[in-house]
Amino acid sequence: MPRLLGVDIPGNKKVPFALRYIYGIGPTLADQLVAETGLDPDARAHTLSEEELNKVAEAIVAKGILVEGDLRREGSANLKRLLAIQCYRGIRHRRGLPVRGQRTQTNARTRKGKRKTTSTIKKK
Amino acid sequence: MARSLKKGFFVDPGLWKKVEAAQATDNKRPIKTWSRRSQITPEFVGLNLEVHNGKGFIPVHITENMVGHRLGEFSLTRTFKGHQPHTKK
Repeated sequence: MPRLLGVDIPGNKKVPFALRYIYGIGPTLADQLVAETGLDPDARAHTLSEEELNKVAEAIVAKGILVEGDLRREGSANLKRLLAIQCYRGIRHRRGLPVRGQRTQTNARTRKGKRKTTSTIKKK
Repeated sequence: MARSLKKGFFVDPGLWKKVEAAQATDNKRPIKTWSRRSQITPEFVGLNLEVHNGKGFIPVHITENMVGHRLGEFSLTRTFKGHQPHTKK
């Protein structure tokens, strides 16, 4: 299995599809990279030579695209900022409620998680 | 849709005057404002504001991280005290 940018080991798939296993690279970017580096889009990833892998890695760096750890770190830094400044969005994140003004009387199950049913307590 | 960058930050003119005056005189007395729609610009950093939430003024100290947000985001308008468990007699 080829290694690209340190940790990533995309499988025995065609190159544009293998590249998408890198966090931060989607369909569009994968196709672009293949076109720019002049690789055969029908070649399997494990047939790539060391040299070709380096070319792809360089292309990613040259485009100034954040992938993997850096991208994840940026995302969590953004979230931390929202939480730290006590703003509305930060508070919604903390409470686990929708952040962008959606209704919460019904739905919002993605943020709120599974339904919690409250049982009625009998009074003696 | 986001506001066009060429227009720059929106700040209510009245509030803007007060902010400029406060920065010029180093006056750290809180500025009361109702203008929740005003965006925080770099000039605001370090000031103490009091932002109205419809009922009273919520003190907000402006830090660098807050630039680009609107004042209303820091002054919540709703109070939520949690739900009571259902009781039956």
